[in-house]
Amino acid sequence: MNTPTQIAELTDVNSIRAQFPILERQIYGQKLVYLDNAASSQKPLAVMNSIQEYYSKYHSNVHRGVHHLSQVATDLFEASRERMRVFVNAASSREIIFTKGTTDGINLVAYCLRNRLKAGDEILISEMEHHSNIVPWQMTASATGAKIVVVKISPDGSLDLNDFDQKLSKRTKIVSIVHISNALGTINPAASICEKARKFGALTLIDGAQAAPHGTIDVQAIGCDFYVLSGHKMYGPTGSGILYGREELLNEMPPYQGGGEMIAEVRFDGTTYNELPFKFEAGTPNIESAIGLKAAADYMESIGFENIAQQESALLQYATESLSEIDGLRLVGTANEKASVVSFLVDGTHPSDVGTILDQLGIAVRTGHHCTQPLMRVLGIPGTVRASFAVYNTFEEIDFLVAGIRRAQKMLN
Amino acid sequence: MTNPIDVIGSEIQAEFEMFGDWMEKYEYLIELGKSLPIIAETYKDEAHLIKGCQSRVWLHAELQKGKIDFTADSDAIITKGIIALMVRALSGQNPKDIVTSKLDFIDQIGLKEHLSPTRSNGLVSMIKQMKYYAIAIESQNVRS
Repeated sequence: MNTPTQIAELTDVNSIRAQFPILERQIYGQKLVYLDNAASSQKPLAVMNSIQEYYSKYHSNVHRGVHHLSQVATDLFEASRERMRVFVNAASSREIIFTKGTTDGINLVAYCLRNRLKAGDEILISEMEHHSNIVPWQMTASATGAKIVVVKISPDGSLDLNDFDQKLSKRTKIVSIVHISNALGTINPAASICEKARKFGALTLIDGAQAAPHGTIDVQAIGCDFYVLSGHKMYGPTGSGILYGREELLNEMPPYQGGGEMIAEVRFDGTTYNELPFKFEAGTPNIESAIGLKAAADYMESIGFENIAQQESALLQYATESLSEIDGLRLVGTANEKASVVSFLVDGTHPSDVGTILDQLGIAVRTGHHCTQPLMRVLGIPGTVRASFAVYNTFEEIDFLVAGIRRAQKMLN
Repeated sequence: MTNPIDVIGSEIQAEFEMFGDWMEKYEYLIELGKSLPIIAETYKDEAHLIKGCQSRVWLHAELQKGKIDFTADSDAIITKGIIALMVRALSGQNPKDIVTSKLDFIDQIGLKEHLSPTRSNGLVSMIKQMKYYAIAIESQNVRS
């Protein structure tokens, strides 16, 4: 007989929760159960305090003045860049471009690679991509005559690697694949995807929006040319994010937006551009967000990346087992390699009805197509209910979710 | 003269005041959703689809002896319940009354407040759409 697997929460989850004031909130008189972390995670005091402190003591524009505050603000801003270099293990901080988030990063790359593409070239994406890893490439395709080729997924929600191998060819110039699916939780084999793409001379972009909150990222081990992530999904501020790009490539690429900061010299008869990373950072950057992002990375490290991973994997396992006990509940996305995201449908109910009733119980989940309409079309469903977990979530909250779903089932049927 | 739609709105408001908690309110909406006359299949197409809802909503309007009959449907039952309230208030009324109706009962019964912003926007688009039909018919009447 098999012994049931022992799954346990982190013992100090309550001290972690104490760092997130919003978790104390009541919603419609009920305790908030926040399970929409894949959309955006909540922020710890350390992040909020870093922004407060920055504006209270150090604010000035960066890379501009000779005065003291400008120097201090620049030092803090550049310290954040270095922190994010370490976070993704890039070789140089020149390879870290601050962005507004993942979408911004993908748009930058898709736009700046246009001059490398011609009619007949192919851009390989997958069926499980977020709209932000589809639409920028469609825009690039329509501007250059390149073609979008879409890799299929398997019924369990994993990437169909045979289909990937078949569709990868000498025509493939760019491979842009999600690291962890926001709708299904599937973790894709990013390193092996990049290795295969490289053999055909294709450039690779990995969309790490959902990977950032789950632990360390190593762009050198993955071997990608570009890696993008958002700060607000990794306990950091909205409007923060980075694009990692291989230095050689970033140097070759034209600038994205023109303006201050990104120039070396401006003359009416021609302008020369600044060096990396500033070439891609036109205008006054989102300084407070960069500073909050560093605080978020520091906060994650202070909890311990292995502890975050352990808690999330315990939550995923507990949720998968508990939800599976509900009659008429079907999990959508059951790949072997999964992050702490559970998408599901309840027989005879619409996701938005389930979400509405859960909301009345103070339980925040996401319902709908999760910005992956093509994926939902492939799966033949209108959308799902999605619960996604962060390090501060507990087994008790999953029990609330399960009770909430049973209540919704009873009310709706 | 009082707008008959706002009179119905007040009735609905009074009914909702009887509910003790959100559960009873939503159970009622669910019941309403189940009893809403289903729109004819031919109208469940792209042209009758209301954008802006998390769930899909179809709305059809027909002029009957100077009054507008609305039929509607949704794939989500609570949304359908809310539509039923709208249909009850607005269907079979004069285009002019529809255009000028305040429809503040939606706020009063806490639907706008209790539904998620995305859904609330869908509800707003549905009301807009119903008013657009009325405006369109009104302007035709003026011309003919």
